[in-house]
Amino acid sequence: MDYVPAISRWIHLLAGVMWIGLLYYFNFVQVAAMKAAAADNTAGGISKHVAPRALFYFRWASVVTWLAGASLLGANFGNAFLLRPSHAAIGLGAWLGTIMLLNVWGIIWPNQKRILGIVQATDEEKNKARRRAFLASRFNVMLSIPMLFLMAAGGHTAIFFGA
Amino acid sequence: MKNPLDSLWGTVISGVVLTVILFFVVKALIGG
Repeated sequence: MDYVPAISRWIHLLAGVMWIGLLYYFNFVQVAAMKAAAADNTAGGISKHVAPRALFYFRWASVVTWLAGASLLGANFGNAFLLRPSHAAIGLGAWLGTIMLLNVWGIIWPNQKRILGIVQATDEEKNKARRRAFLASRFNVMLSIPMLFLMAAGGHTAIFFGA
Repeated sequence: MKNPLDSLWGTVISGVVLTVILFFVVKALIGG
């Protein structure tokens, strides 16, 4: 067994499932649940007990996924990010994953800190933060669709691209 | 125009459309 790429691939998949799984949980479940809970005054439980825990695993899983992916690319890191023909599919997938990671740490998390009261904010600032975090999260769901296609295609270009 | 990311279906459809576009981008890069 070639330990580094094998273990990197395994960790990349484990952390990736956690990251994208929680991204889908936020978008497919929690957004609608918060709306319904706000209507009967039970949203406090979700924002106090569920969201902070989910966000913790979500943002750190994104880092582990990226690092394991970079380790998996190894010497081909440059070939992938420069979109060389031999690594075009995985390279474009890696670019999408990188944009998503920056989105998590640069937009989603700083705005979530305002929403959850970890950082002081006025009600108006909280409303703006809510909208920004929502759109950034939805943007990541949109990017995850081609990203996962390209990740699956990366090692199987003959099946996906006939090349 | 409404932002497609405001609805789940709009988000998923945008993702699928982007996938088709990027499929052809990669195909062109590979030279297939």
